[in-house]
Amino acid sequence: MMLAVLLTPALLWLFALIILPHVQLALLSFRERIAPHTYAASLMQYRTFFSEPLYWGVFVRTAIMSALATALTLLVAFPVAWIIAKVARGRASSLLFVLCLIPFWVSETVRALGWLILLRESGVLPTLLVRLGITAVPVELLYHNATILVGLVYTSLLFMVVPLVSSLESLDNSLIEAAYNLGAKGPAILRQIVIPHAAPGITSGCIVVFMLTLGNYLTPNLLGGKNSQWFTELIYTQFIVRFNWEQGAAFGFLLLALSTGMVALGLRVSGQRFVDVMRRA
Amino acid sequence: MKALFGIVLLLALVAHGTAVADDAKKLRLITWADYAPADVIAQFKQETGIQVEVTLSNNEEIISKLRATGGAGFDLAQPSQDRITGVQREFGIYKPIDLSQVKIEQFTPEILEVTRRNTTLDGKLYGLPYLWGADGLVVNTKYAKVADYPDLCRQDLKGKTSLRLRRPVLMAFAFAAGKDPFALYGDPKAYAALMESVGATLSACKSIVRFFYDNKDQLLNGMRSGEIVAAMMWDTGGWTLNRQDPNIQFIVPKSGAMGWLDTFALPARGRNDAAAYAWINFTMRPDVAAKITNSVGNWTAARGTENLVNQKFRAQFNASFPGGAFKDIHWYPAIPSGVEETEGRILDRIKAAN
Repeated sequence: MMLAVLLTPALLWLFALIILPHVQLALLSFRERIAPHTYAASLMQYRTFFSEPLYWGVFVRTAIMSALATALTLLVAFPVAWIIAKVARGRASSLLFVLCLIPFWVSETVRALGWLILLRESGVLPTLLVRLGITAVPVELLYHNATILVGLVYTSLLFMVVPLVSSLESLDNSLIEAAYNLGAKGPAILRQIVIPHAAPGITSGCIVVFMLTLGNYLTPNLLGGKNSQWFTELIYTQFIVRFNWEQGAAFGFLLLALSTGMVALGLRVSGQRFVDVMRRA
Repeated sequence: MKALFGIVLLLALVAHGTAVADDAKKLRLITWADYAPADVIAQFKQETGIQVEVTLSNNEEIISKLRATGGAGFDLAQPSQDRITGVQREFGIYKPIDLSQVKIEQFTPEILEVTRRNTTLDGKLYGLPYLWGADGLVVNTKYAKVADYPDLCRQDLKGKTSLRLRRPVLMAFAFAAGKDPFALYGDPKAYAALMESVGATLSACKSIVRFFYDNKDQLLNGMRSGEIVAAMMWDTGGWTLNRQDPNIQFIVPKSGAMGWLDTFALPARGRNDAAAYAWINFTMRPDVAAKITNSVGNWTAARGTENLVNQKFRAQFNASFPGGAFKDIHWYPAIPSGVEETEGRILDRIKAAN
């Protein structure tokens, strides 16, 4: 009885705000408008997705870019997490952690706009490059795929650092010392001791970052240019600009399927169990 | 049991909150940025005691929000006149206007007539005119010379122009190609063919434009910094830039400016129609309307404000539209359903083109 009462808010939340809207979206995505106020069950929305190269092109691009951003985030975050967990001591360690956290006190919009000011042709960085004589004229650093990646890595760094730090902290230093005593070199230690130990942390960080990136709307939209559409933009356009809720709902479900599929694939490849990974996150 | 009690308490608080919000002295207005200046809201509150609660939005979001609630949540909305009848037929989110509540003599008759033609459905009127303006070309005359929309796609301006990838750009380029897209609204096949050819022109233009702008600050900053030297843009934006840098000018393109007209419309499940009518009558009073014009930088539909508005604005307007509003401007007629689907496909294709 007590358990049921305690669970009620969480279950209500889950049912009213997550399951119920998804059921409605699912129903929407399987119908087609025939005339005003008349709809019929149909697979048209999904057929449109597969028959229009633009849509699945953006879909695949978003998936690849998100995977790339996740990999880059891992590469950047790992040394940071290592220093926080193993190298720095006491206050220095907490200070470094706070330094990672500080950018998140500012909202994502403001951070993305900050990048705009830095990277635009008349902005800080291109001007600096000209002053230093590296480029003859200011170059436009905005509106490239690389710009989106920079923005995404920056936005999601923290979500990778936190699980990494917690899984690296639990690594017993004497294991590493023992490996050195037995004549192992740095790369071998990394491969055979550190990474296997940190695997659940790495996987949970990657899952969180990948999902955040895939569903990000703001950063790709602000930093990307005329050729760099993100799938979430297509969903927004269908719902808000075209009033085509049916198509938008179908797109939403395809994105959900994509992120579920990629997470399952990641777990399979890394040989992790979902429950273990989530405990780390 | 405590948790359950907490929930009940919380629900009661929420219910209480809505009960307070349901005050007869409140007008919930969904409108565009700048359309309800703070001093006008303050004066309205002083004269009538009604507090105006403003939600900022745009055409698409106004329609989407009202559609999501079946026309509830707001007492007054301000969509463009061409977006009313199609949406009303499809989603039924507005209620007809009761003309006996409106001081109709305050409106400019020509503009009222344009709106009446475009917002009447099944003999009922759904919109009253509020504010109007036009899209045309804004050019920095120091760096470039342009006369018509296709000049934005000229090779020598590569990387220096900008457009907004929405339907006005399709209409403008159709007129520039010597066609009248509005005349083809009733003929879906011919209309689709025209849009296809406009789409091809714009896809080819994509390598020339620097970016497709999506918010007004992005474009204004681009024009100010000289990164953009010519763009398809709205009149007030051009006049604002002109006050800061006289080299930047708003011009009516050779094939005509594109005129928009935003309206007053009553959401179907609005709760305070009386306040909505009071606001309409108040804002169309010449002294208040002139204040709004001075603040927003566009003419309202109120008559008799010519001598009350800022004369610098009046001079800028007359310089930009030498032939007057009704000669230089193509006004958007009501959009029939289906047309936007065609346009959407074309716009998506332009976005995807390389």
